[in-house]
Amino acid sequence: MVCGVYVFNMALIEEPKVERPENLTAKEQLDLKNKKLVRKLLWLVVGSLLFAFALVPLYDVLCSLTGLNGKTQNSAALLTKAKVDNSRWVNVQFTSSVMPGLGWNFYPKQTSIRLHPGQIETVLFVAKNITNEVVVGQAVPSITPGIAAANLKKIECFCFVRQSLKPGEEKEMPLRFFVSPELPKDVSDMTLSYSFFPAVSESK
Amino acid sequence: MSTTTVAHHDDHAEHPTGIMRWLTTTNHKDIGTMYLTFSLIMFFVGGAMILGIRAELFKPGLQLMNPEFFNQLIGVHALIMIFAALMPAATGFANWMIPLQIGAPDMALPRLNNWGFWLLPPSAILLTLPFTLALFGIGDGALATGWTFYPPLSVQGGIGVDFAIFAVHLLGISSVLGSINVIVTVFNMRAPGMTLMKMPMFVWGWLITAFLLIATIPVLAGAVTMLLTDRHFGTHFFDAAGGGDPIMFQHLFWFFGHPEVYILLLPVWGFIPQILETFSRKPMYGYKAQVYSLWAIGALAVVVWAHHFFTAGMPVPALLYFMYSTMAISLPLAVLFFCWIKTMWRGSMSFETPMLFAVGWIILFGIGGLTGLVLADVAADAQYHNSYFVVAHFHYTLFAGGIMGIMAGTYYWLPKMTGHMYSEKLGKLHFWLTAISFNMTFIPQFFLGLAGMPRRIPDYALQFAEFNMISSIAAFTLGLSQLLFVYNIVSCARGGKKATDKVWDGAQGLEWTLPSPPPYHSFTEQPVIK
Ligand code: HEM
Ligand SMILES: [Cu+2]
Repeated sequence: MVCGVYVFNMALIEEPKVERPENLTAKEQLDLKNKKLVRKLLWLVVGSLLFAFALVPLYDVLCSLTGLNGKTQNSAALLTKAKVDNSRWVNVQFTSSVMPGLGWNFYPKQTSIRLHPGQIETVLFVAKNITNEVVVGQAVPSITPGIAAANLKKIECFCFVRQSLKPGEEKEMPLRFFVSPELPKDVSDMTLSYSFFPAVSESK
Repeated sequence: MSTTTVAHHDDHAEHPTGIMRWLTTTNHKDIGTMYLTFSLIMFFVGGAMILGIRAELFKPGLQLMNPEFFNQLIGVHALIMIFAALMPAATGFANWMIPLQIGAPDMALPRLNNWGFWLLPPSAILLTLPFTLALFGIGDGALATGWTFYPPLSVQGGIGVDFAIFAVHLLGISSVLGSINVIVTVFNMRAPGMTLMKMPMFVWGWLITAFLLIATIPVLAGAVTMLLTDRHFGTHFFDAAGGGDPIMFQHLFWFFGHPEVYILLLPVWGFIPQILETFSRKPMYGYKAQVYSLWAIGALAVVVWAHHFFTAGMPVPALLYFMYSTMAISLPLAVLFFCWIKTMWRGSMSFETPMLFAVGWIILFGIGGLTGLVLADVAADAQYHNSYFVVAHFHYTLFAGGIMGIMAGTYYWLPKMTGHMYSEKLGKLHFWLTAISFNMTFIPQFFLGLAGMPRRIPDYALQFAEFNMISSIAAFTLGLSQLLFVYNIVSCARGGKKATDKVWDGAQGLEWTLPSPPPYHSFTEQPVIK
């Protein structure tokens, strides 16, 4: 950013005087030529800087389109009556972590579940506030392998909204989900990981 | 190019003396000298830090420092070596040699040039200041994330991270200014008759480096700025809780980081062939092939970045793409190796110090490239990532390929720059000590990595003890040997056998047509190339 402001100033300072090149000495002509090139190069710099910031939205678009990086759709899936595929088993494992700054214990009640694609299941996660203040947290899910991310459909999840816990309060939080029968044939195991972050308050 | 005579600078014989000469100078040789001196000093600062690390790793267990300080030393060592030692050294030579090699009186933008240099000392201070502040109880030391600034650690870290971010901004501006200067000089100031395809290889290497810098440094600047706003202004670019993504930082960082490794090496790939042709006494082989290969590497460099985090999780097609594109870089690189070797083939070679360094460089850099191919293999990298194997790989490319290459160039051009010959005997001793202790330091690290020792960890399991001990002893030898280098340079600058204009029997190129040392303003009448 600092860099951007700086080069921008430079671009303005280096504005070449408009003079007719024929009247100039060799040195002045060279100066003029140099300044023109400098201005072009500074635009290149500005361009790369903008490119860096443009990568942020591009990255998100790419990730949510492809499910790359294990990003799941963080909204309730439509409960279309998916047909249960009894011929397949999928093993879904759960892991959890608590990020620094959040004084909670947080873990899944069961570490894995075996189910058929299409079959709706509920699993419970337990969170306990071990501080003596009210604490608000936000869970962020991630799925491995990334290509399967789009196939894990959540109907109801504690990660859809922020969770608030009173001092010492313990809460069982449900996750209702199914695995879409469109799950690629070579995937038999998936891991769903939740990281609980201190919620970022808007007022801050 | 178009101008045949270039007017004198106004400030001719009356430039200021003493400290003001250096503060205000716009002379390309003075600025070059400042860059090179700065680089040498920082080489020792960064070196001292890593000797602290090697001392801690001499034995298993924690002896000398706590893990936080260990991590700080590692990160600052790397940032200093890359941004304050290697890059300024290359820029120093660019300032000294590009005008001489293309027959120009000076760099195109002398005042910008002065700025470019004087941004460096403040950024070096910014990088190291947190260590001192911590002694006075302010903050908790320098950044402890390693040179790669990965979040979430860098978002949670102390003030050291902020200092490093500002340092990187200044260093970035400095490199961008330097690059603009190089490009403008090369495009507008060449002597009449020097077409692009007649330019010395060093100028080519630098031209491509300059474009890579302009394209990638702003991305780094953007990435660390996002870190800064994440840290202090409530944005969540890299914070998953706020909808951001820490992996995105890795993409942004390595979009800069991978081209950076070629930025460091392209200037070296420029002057090594010039040294080879000088001491083989025949023109370099495959000039055009080399130029095209440099461009090919420059272009490929910006599309392979994700090989630095194969293990962070990527779909298989992306893994395959980044693996194959990374491996593809070794094709133009192989062309270069072939040309370098063919340049020596059946030449009447002699082995003065620059040539010793150049030949040793080919072998050692070759090992660096080959081990890179191993790492580029996704399946192998799953084991080697974040191990000492990676550390050894990039020291073969950066210490051997970068620093030892710069040393070759230093011995090659020193007589031209100072007007005196350095001590050949000390130079050769310096080469052999460096080459042997370098290998003794890093070969064990390949084996440590294969055996599973992770990098950036202050303590290790007992089975790694012997190799670490060897590596540490050799590292201290390597560090101490560099004192010879300084001694040789300083005594050469102060006096010694007078150097001829041509210096080397087989030397080619415009810089050797000027007296040694060259006059304050290099070519007041531009030479004409036939
Ligand atoms: C054919 C040539 C090369 C290939 C195929 C290659 C490949 C790789 C790969 C795959 C990694 C990532 C390893 C890991 O973290 O697991 C790596 C790391 C690295 N390489 Fe190379 N490389 C090559 C040449 C170079 C050169 C020429 C340089 C520098 C001048 C270089 C500098 C580095 C550095 C600094 C790292 C480690 C960065 C870090 O994690 O801190 N490599 N290389
Ligand atoms: Cu790379």
